[in-house]
Amino acid sequence: MERTLIVAGFGGQGVLSLGMVIARAGMSEGYEVSWLPSYGPEQRGGTANCHVILSDEPVACPLVGHPQTLIAFNLPSLEKFAQRVVPGGEILVESGLEAAVTREDVRLYALPALEEANRFGDTRVANMVMLGAWLELHPILGDEAIEDALRRVISKRHHDLLPLDLEAIRAGRRLMAMARA
Amino acid sequence: MGERELMKGNEAMAEAAIRAGCRYFFGYPITPQSELLEYMARHLAGRGGVFLQAESEVSAINMVYGAAGAGARVMTATSSPGFSLMQEGLSYMAGAELPAVVVNVVRGGPGLGGLQPAQSDYFQATKGGGHGDYRLIVLAPSSPQEAADLVYEAFDVADRYRNVVLILADSILAQAMEPVELPPARDPASLPAKPWATVGRGERAEPNLVNSLYLAAEDLWALNQRLQAKYRRIEAEETRWAEEWTEEADWLVVAYGSMARIALAAIRQLRREEGLRVGLFRPISLWPFPSRALARRAAGTRGVLTMEMSTGQMVEDVRLAVEGAVPVRFFGKTGGVVPEVEEAVEAIRRMVAETEPRHAHPVR
Repeated sequence: MERTLIVAGFGGQGVLSLGMVIARAGMSEGYEVSWLPSYGPEQRGGTANCHVILSDEPVACPLVGHPQTLIAFNLPSLEKFAQRVVPGGEILVESGLEAAVTREDVRLYALPALEEANRFGDTRVANMVMLGAWLELHPILGDEAIEDALRRVISKRHHDLLPLDLEAIRAGRRLMAMARA
Repeated sequence: MGERELMKGNEAMAEAAIRAGCRYFFGYPITPQSELLEYMARHLAGRGGVFLQAESEVSAINMVYGAAGAGARVMTATSSPGFSLMQEGLSYMAGAELPAVVVNVVRGGPGLGGLQPAQSDYFQATKGGGHGDYRLIVLAPSSPQEAADLVYEAFDVADRYRNVVLILADSILAQAMEPVELPPARDPASLPAKPWATVGRGERAEPNLVNSLYLAAEDLWALNQRLQAKYRRIEAEETRWAEEWTEEADWLVVAYGSMARIALAAIRQLRREEGLRVGLFRPISLWPFPSRALARRAAGTRGVLTMEMSTGQMVEDVRLAVEGAVPVRFFGKTGGVVPEVEEAVEAIRRMVAETEPRHAHPVR
């Protein structure tokens, strides 16, 4: 078993924490994991991304050249990484961006994560909607592991948002279930 | 087994240092090392230590000199431009034989360079860096776990030889998070005494002196003789490396740090998909360089490929070690451009094609 992801978007959209929740939950489920952020000037207003690996084997290299999954929150990220997804892989994008994907050999899921987050009154949880969508496709991480990971990744002063995050994850699962139906 | 925590290499190195009994950290923030310094700023005071942000790296390394002279376990961390600023202080510490642990999370150069990963400080790290005939013990981890293990041990090694140990890291392993099992915490009071430290004369007949100024040439010659004897001892006792699939390998890749992880992924792919018998030789101590072990391993192969995130620095030590016994090729990228696994695969294929024995091909 191996899962490889690149999560990319604007700095501040929570792409790094989305990846970190998957890595932390993966570790507590017994997988070998790695999480590698892009960093530096990119984080200030530009694009940010992280590489995540979950594997049965020790991770040879934390860099993900060709991910099975790309989760892209904006156009620059999509343009940067779409060609890198392995054939047969998948791209999860914010609704409205799907037209930019020209590949025929990947599964494409366009999800209104921002709109969904807005319904909760907080666009910051759009990343959790996408996380839920990914979890629906890859049922390898238990709810308990995800909750525990959230508690560790999200700083304590934002722990009042945890119920909202979990709600957003459930919404993401529903969106993905509908998209697949 | 202790519990595994998901940590960045920078954080793992900081925590391992505190657990090794380090209670003093002096530094100046610089990307991509800053999480290490921030971790120390957050944790050291609460654990009976002192964190101090200096006004520059020049100042930081001289604070390290002072604390080391007083016998404390002390650390600083920086990245390439800051490491250049520390060279004078490191040379003085070599002359005064002061132990400390220094971390350089290398970024692309020269000059102010960039923020991305590189291995272009190899020459500076392993060949002296500052003035005078001296060496730092240079250890190069390739994962957050190994970074923690090496930092933890580095304090013992530094004290054993009264020598600076440099941890040469890069921003892939410093910024990446992987599971880390941390070593047990040691009480600074339980560490071996340093009878040479300048902590007041006490009952001794003569005061201790820590200094690197020897105006009489004979005295400076004697110091250098002593240092060289120490360096020979370090070569004999502290040479470290790791090997993967080198038994009966037809070709060898030599790489260190995060580049060794990329090489490992490439080798794994080539072995699986093409059955190529390629092994990985990974120097862990860059000084002392594992020359003898590498020469032994290289002897039975058809060729050696050195991979670096530089334009070719360690490859010189590889060539010196192999002494022309087999061809030594180089593949590298620098300036913060990280080679892709496919590029590493291609480079290995090229070497294999070029070093295939002639009689393997039909000749007409």
